[in-house]
Amino acid sequence: MHELSIVASLFEILEEKAKEQKAKKILSVKLKVGALSGVVPEFLETAFDIYKKDTIASESKLKIEKVPLKIRCQLCGTEIVKDDLVFICEKCDSTELKTLSGTELLLEKIEMEV
Amino acid sequence: MKKKEVLVLEELLGSNKKIASEIREKLEKKGILTINLLGSPGAGKTSLLERIAERTKADYKMAVIEGDIETERDAERIRAKGIPAWQIITGGACHLEAKMVGKILPEIPADLDFLFIENVGNLVCPASYDLGENIRCVLLSIPEGDDKPKKYPKAFTTSDCLVITKSDLLPALPFNLEHAQKEALQINPKLEIFNTSALKDSGINELIEYFLSALHKLRQKNA
Repeated sequence: MHELSIVASLFEILEEKAKEQKAKKILSVKLKVGALSGVVPEFLETAFDIYKKDTIASESKLKIEKVPLKIRCQLCGTEIVKDDLVFICEKCDSTELKTLSGTELLLEKIEMEV
Repeated sequence: MKKKEVLVLEELLGSNKKIASEIREKLEKKGILTINLLGSPGAGKTSLLERIAERTKADYKMAVIEGDIETERDAERIRAKGIPAWQIITGGACHLEAKMVGKILPEIPADLDFLFIENVGNLVCPASYDLGENIRCVLLSIPEGDDKPKKYPKAFTTSDCLVITKSDLLPALPFNLEHAQKEALQINPKLEIFNTSALKDSGINELIEYFLSALHKLRQKNA
């Protein structure tokens, strides 16, 4: 349950960006959360709603895009969406795999009123 | 009213990552190998450190940063072995963050060989926070069960080595060692695995050898 401290980091960025843009308020916040990011999207939403009170984002909505874990085999080039957490290429059994997406915990964009 | 969309594309834990990189760089420059220990409460993190301290004390210098929600108990256990230890009391937080380690950094002696950071007992949250370590070790004790690697994938995929602890309990418990190792390697094929028992003092030397070889590589890079 470290979602609240992640939301605290999110608000640091939000406040900085709102100041830069001289925003009156933040309307929505869009995150990308990977399947292997180590956080639970639902808990992020709860933490966000608690944290946003009395901030510039108090009326904002949090939108979360869940990103599946995608890997590429470095030997045969096969790209696979992984849901079984077995890091072995299904085609050639190689373990030389590169993670393409699914570990991110990203603030993608902010919609604000300026 | 004017609406504006701002593309940010910033990592939420970006500031932690940045502090961690600075810590890593500072410690590497001093030739110190930093090891972050992750594991459930009671997995045997402090006991493992006690054994490592006993074995390496004559030839190497180590220090320990202890992370706990409450009490100085773990730091006291380490100090009792003649090893300098700093206790971070998180006051409820379930993990250590790089900035907490950064605060202690000025007090860390420059002539260390190893700096161990014992994270808060938890297999979930600490996995998301880089503390500036060179090696991340995840502990799995026999009583926890052999199904943990896939249940807590982030801790195992982000670690460099898996230390199976309390292996003296294997005869008493239905823990399938082969299954645990196989699953751990499936989610992280690069994982180095060590079977240890702090009680029987077994497997500790192999683990120390692994740390020493990493220390050697780090110092070669510096030279």
